[in-house]
Amino acid sequence: MAEPIKAVALISGGLDSMLAAKVVMEQGVHVEGINFFTGFCVEGHTHAIRAKHRARPKRNNALWVAEQLGIKLHIIDVIEEYKKVLLKPKHGYGRNLNPCLDCKIFMVGKALAWSFMEEHGFDFVITGEVVGQRPKSQRRDTMSVIARESGADDRLLRPLCARNLKPTLPEREGWVDRGALYGFEGRNRKPQMELARKFGFTDWAQPAGGCCFLTDEQYSRKLADLWNSRGSRDYELDDIMLLKVGRHIRPAPHYKLIVGREEGENAYLEGYRRQFIALRPTSHKGPLCLIDGKPDGRDVRLAARVLARYSQGREADRVTVVANRPGGECTELRVAPMPPSEIPAAWHV
Amino acid sequence: MAGEAQFPLETLDARGLLCPLPVIRTQDRITALRPGTLLDVLATDPGTLEDIPAWCRVHGHEVVETERDGRELRIRVKVLGGS
Ligand code: SF4
Repeated sequence: MAEPIKAVALISGGLDSMLAAKVVMEQGVHVEGINFFTGFCVEGHTHAIRAKHRARPKRNNALWVAEQLGIKLHIIDVIEEYKKVLLKPKHGYGRNLNPCLDCKIFMVGKALAWSFMEEHGFDFVITGEVVGQRPKSQRRDTMSVIARESGADDRLLRPLCARNLKPTLPEREGWVDRGALYGFEGRNRKPQMELARKFGFTDWAQPAGGCCFLTDEQYSRKLADLWNSRGSRDYELDDIMLLKVGRHIRPAPHYKLIVGREEGENAYLEGYRRQFIALRPTSHKGPLCLIDGKPDGRDVRLAARVLARYSQGREADRVTVVANRPGGECTELRVAPMPPSEIPAAWHV
Repeated sequence: MAGEAQFPLETLDARGLLCPLPVIRTQDRITALRPGTLLDVLATDPGTLEDIPAWCRVHGHEVVETERDGRELRIRVKVLGGS
């Protein structure tokens, strides 16, 4: 018996990639999903960190989609490799620090490489892209850039808009019937909704803006601040995770404070005590604060005053704050909470 | 787990990692394990209680036991012929 035709679908967890995979499955092709973890993905993490999000389901949307479709999902750690995409995007950034076009080229290229691995043996790659849906990364001309620069060329099928594009290898070979693919175009989401209804899908994730934190203005600002303060554009996973957590306050270029906004964040920040100076009020209830950078004694004192302002002792004359250094050294400080009017707006990253 | 005693037992320490990293580590480890092996995944992110069983369901493996001790979680997976 001939080997079945196999396709690997990029699954983001949103509706479009779910529909794209389903359209091809309906044609009898064996489909498996692939999902890339860059470290910036809007997934479980923040939901797991912030206590107020705990009531919401913490499901991993990509896994959930795979389960709805009844396909396998391979989740790939690309944290290290993604650095070159984000730090030097050939095609530049979108509105914030989101290198969407380079990111898509990278992901399609990775999916292709994965699918060609001997033990996998897949024939083509599927994405949920729609011509004209996003101003930069989903224009007609960028669609061909993605296909070309990823190396996938005509092994890249976009089932939702294939009818608006040149026939690809799977169509020409008859692996899929072009007539049963779609010609969606532009920002109107009605056709997708209709197709979802047809397939009986009633629930899907709708990430605002995009599938990752890099499309978020505030997050991008914090990342730019991190690079500026270090004088180099680089990061480790811990850096970018910490940008998702707490209030970030930078009184001077050489250090910044990360103050937990609620219990979930405090608990998360606790895990970093071994890497950072950690401050906590002891005379009053209050958040945990980490100091990132190279503060001197005066800076730590100022940090304690800022922290006291976020504690329940904010109206008190004095608040006791304990500062723990990663080596175990511990100092007790009695400080006057800094009045909000003395905390310049520019300190808030 | 007396009935499982004859199966090889492996451990994966994913404590301190946030989802989806524990799932990715589980996936990568299971790819190299033979069917019948039991894998104890140790984790601290409560998200693993959703994600690891979901991953197992789509790949045809089985979560046979889940244990919680304070912040620490242990999820025992039985590797089946799946992936
Ligand atoms: S939103 Fe983020 S993950 Fe999505 S394409 Fe853009 S950079 Fe990549």
